[in-house]
Amino acid sequence: MRYLPKSPDERKKMLAEIGAKSIDDLFAVIPAEYRVTRDLDVPRQQAESEIVDYFRCAADRNATGYASFLGAGAYRHYRPVIIDSLVQRGEFLTSYTPYQAEITQGTLQAIFEFQTMIAELTGMDVANASMYDGSTGAAEAVMMAVRVTGRHKAVVAATVHPEYREVLATYAKHQGLPSTLVTYNKETGRVDLDALEQAVTEETAAVLVQSPNFFGIIEDIPAIAAIAHAKGALLIVSIAEAISLGVVRPPIEADIVSMEAQSFGVALSYGGPYCGVIAAKEQFLRQMPGRLVGQTVDGCGNRGFVLTLATREQHIRREKATSNICTNQALVALMATIFLAVYGKEGIRELAEHNLAKAAYAAKALAAQPGAKLLFSGAPRFHEFVLATAEAPSQWAPRLIEEKIVGGLDLSRWYPELGNATLWCATEVVTREQIDRAARVLAAGLVEA
Amino acid sequence: MTTDGKTLGKVRPHQTQNEALLFEKSAPGKRAYKMPPLDVPAVDAKSALGAAFRTDSPGLPELSEIEIIRHFTRLSTWNYAIDLGMYPLGSCTMKYNPRVNEAVSRIEGLAEAHPYRPDSLAQGILEVIALLQRCLIEITGMDAITLQPAAGAHGEFTGILLVRAWHESQGNPRRKILIPDSAHGTNPATAAICGYAVENLKSNAEGGIDLDALERQVDDETAALMLTNPSTIGVFESQIHKIADILHAKGALLYMDGANMNALVGKARPGDFGVDVMHLNLHKTFSTPHGGGGPGSGPVACKAFLEPFLPTPVLVRTPNDANRPAPVSWENLNDDPPPPGGSVPMFRAPASPLTSVGSLDVERGALAWDYDRPQSVGRVRAFYGNTGMFIRALAYILANGPDGLRQTTEDAVLNANYIRNKLEDLYELPYKTPSMHEVVFSDKRQAALGVKTGDIAKRLIDYGFHPYTVSFPLIVHGALMIEPTESESLEELDLFIAAMRSIAKEVEESPDVVKSAPHSTRISRLDEVQAARKPILRWKLKQ
Repeated sequence: MRYLPKSPDERKKMLAEIGAKSIDDLFAVIPAEYRVTRDLDVPRQQAESEIVDYFRCAADRNATGYASFLGAGAYRHYRPVIIDSLVQRGEFLTSYTPYQAEITQGTLQAIFEFQTMIAELTGMDVANASMYDGSTGAAEAVMMAVRVTGRHKAVVAATVHPEYREVLATYAKHQGLPSTLVTYNKETGRVDLDALEQAVTEETAAVLVQSPNFFGIIEDIPAIAAIAHAKGALLIVSIAEAISLGVVRPPIEADIVSMEAQSFGVALSYGGPYCGVIAAKEQFLRQMPGRLVGQTVDGCGNRGFVLTLATREQHIRREKATSNICTNQALVALMATIFLAVYGKEGIRELAEHNLAKAAYAAKALAAQPGAKLLFSGAPRFHEFVLATAEAPSQWAPRLIEEKIVGGLDLSRWYPELGNATLWCATEVVTREQIDRAARVLAAGLVEA
Repeated sequence: MTTDGKTLGKVRPHQTQNEALLFEKSAPGKRAYKMPPLDVPAVDAKSALGAAFRTDSPGLPELSEIEIIRHFTRLSTWNYAIDLGMYPLGSCTMKYNPRVNEAVSRIEGLAEAHPYRPDSLAQGILEVIALLQRCLIEITGMDAITLQPAAGAHGEFTGILLVRAWHESQGNPRRKILIPDSAHGTNPATAAICGYAVENLKSNAEGGIDLDALERQVDDETAALMLTNPSTIGVFESQIHKIADILHAKGALLYMDGANMNALVGKARPGDFGVDVMHLNLHKTFSTPHGGGGPGSGPVACKAFLEPFLPTPVLVRTPNDANRPAPVSWENLNDDPPPPGGSVPMFRAPASPLTSVGSLDVERGALAWDYDRPQSVGRVRAFYGNTGMFIRALAYILANGPDGLRQTTEDAVLNANYIRNKLEDLYELPYKTPSMHEVVFSDKRQAALGVKTGDIAKRLIDYGFHPYTVSFPLIVHGALMIEPTESESLEELDLFIAAMRSIAKEVEESPDVVKSAPHSTRISRLDEVQAARKPILRWKLKQ
């Protein structure tokens, strides 16, 4: 009970002062039949050293020391050391939502800087203080478009992350919001523009695409925007790999951008916590979900920051709010802000170029192996690519694992029509030696087969 | 007293007072990074990307590492934090955030695990998740759980989806959700996004559920009651079993908002008193840090009949494989004495099998994600939830054990009652019902002198405390909602009480001092009207 700052005598003294005979008096309001009178069946109290041992053992049972070519919405990038130095300062770590602006200016100014950076990167006018993650952010962006347009249908590209689409389906199901799935061009891996044109109607609230898309291909945003806007629908661009914005043209034709900012210095951590964020054109500001930090002045004219436009939010509007979202991902957004400050204007481009180069090399090396072929090779892509193999992934994946390599992600779960296709990712932390080794192992098996 | 430091000639030391924005400190050519040499051929981005190439550079700042460290360190000094002192925000459970939680969540094998790595390479983190699930099921007295929701409100959404899916499976999703007028704003917002009409339930004179009103309002179209217990005024619904009975008699379900579980852990279990589905806030009850407003984590626990509807995927234990080695010592489930020279076993034998859903083999097999869930409500989030928060919450449970969890709850309730006892002569107590982990006063007496709860809150800042929760719950006019948590020593509590008593006196003697507070902060009260009327939400060059 090392976290409890009271001595047994102090407890007795306090009970006496409030006129209670024992602590049980304070729980007497709970009907006796519902009071727990036994020990909970949870592990006994552990020493700190035991806790550390337990999690170290758990970490060891997870595989470590593997080269990994996994991406698909969760990306391994180098995390500058100062991120953890700074976010572990108790003043950031153990502070609450900055409702009391006078004593939370640190968090507020940092979020204002985050909002500015996200707006700059995405080419949007404004960004919010963050959302849970990219998947829920995309769903919230669609709901936002419904409020803006007053329309109740969505058109969604099949190249949006499949789990994002599943989340959207869960959100949309009970809001009378049917969505149409638009397929991709089998040659380019991009949204099929003819199919899109047919799917978008005067009833469409939003077109949701992802770029780079789930196959790593960069979509033709200006063309997609023209189709959406011709029918008065909004264009939402989901970005799962935020670092792409270092070299990829921002989706300035979009009306709303929903981004997953995990790549900006946030650990993979088996899927979360990550950092969604919604950015948009200024005219849609009042329909945005989530917290917003704005600049203002105090009584003496000093610059300061506050949470603002709260009349959109659940604690004021209750059932009429733009969303039920309450928390954001403030500490994770702070990580992203520090990451972007470290890399800065030049670094974000250089970092993105390294990713581009690694993936280009990996795609070439792997596709050169017998029986392997690069799919969608004609379209521009960032750091992911789809590889088709003669052998099923279930055949070669164990061989790679034996060599301490986790190969690409099997796509058959979501895209059975692609056959033996896998999605590979090579970020700046993947080395040439790892790529060459992966290619050799892949080839060895293919020859034997 | 003046808020204008300048007219007093007060110096504003630059380290603590005048930190510019990152963008204002930027200068071309400054760097805080260095890329390693590229070990593969460089690619000409412009020709590789064609029309998709970014021609402009994003307006990010250019700074050196020391400037970034100083910038954020200086900003941090403008924040109040639990690490500095008492943070009695009612309903938010601002308890100590143990540092071992942070340390273990950053162990490389856990922090760098990719969510799509094969299950066979993720058994360690899956064991962590399985153990946390088992502990939370035991703590709540429920049968099954999902850890997928990213925060409390997201948990509410998930929980109400379960309710809806179950009613649909019974042939009628039903139309409305009952919500007490004392509820958190997220409750009605959640019901609305799940496609339900919200019907308010007026509280009775004690601030609790009015059983007669409930009886009248529950009908065949009522899907559920969303109940916070203890309520937002910190009162346990002593008629909870009758509430559950009334609902169940009409086929409606009882949803519990678990925001106030810090009053119950180890003392009472929602599953025992009739709750069908509930969410927990790991960032409240289980000590994961609030971090300035997130990340949170909002697991949803439910009774067995709702289990088929849980979001996909669900963690399951595959039947034991004879070739699999016996459980390793780090999670030895037997209560055997330690082997000579060996380590002490950690866990007592579980009362129930470790499987998350109770449907699988008791034999210990490998853990895996099950996606084949035909009745599932679907996904509520990509991947599996905020795993980093699971690690921290489990570390907290392990550090406490059954005795520590119980003592924690007792101390939290003791602290709230101690504050109530020491302040109720000066501040109006609208409900005299016994308090659990928080106490809610009203500003009735002070408002008569022109000083409102928000003013008293701001004045608390001058005394070195974070304000309590202001103007919530809505059923108390001018509410002061105080939740000390278990983390406060007697000394800190007495200082807080002294501050509150001193402010009550100031209200009578010099109300203007209170109304113009805070006086000790770097900035004074901010113009929120201007912020909302002409929003400035980002920095721009030549602003």
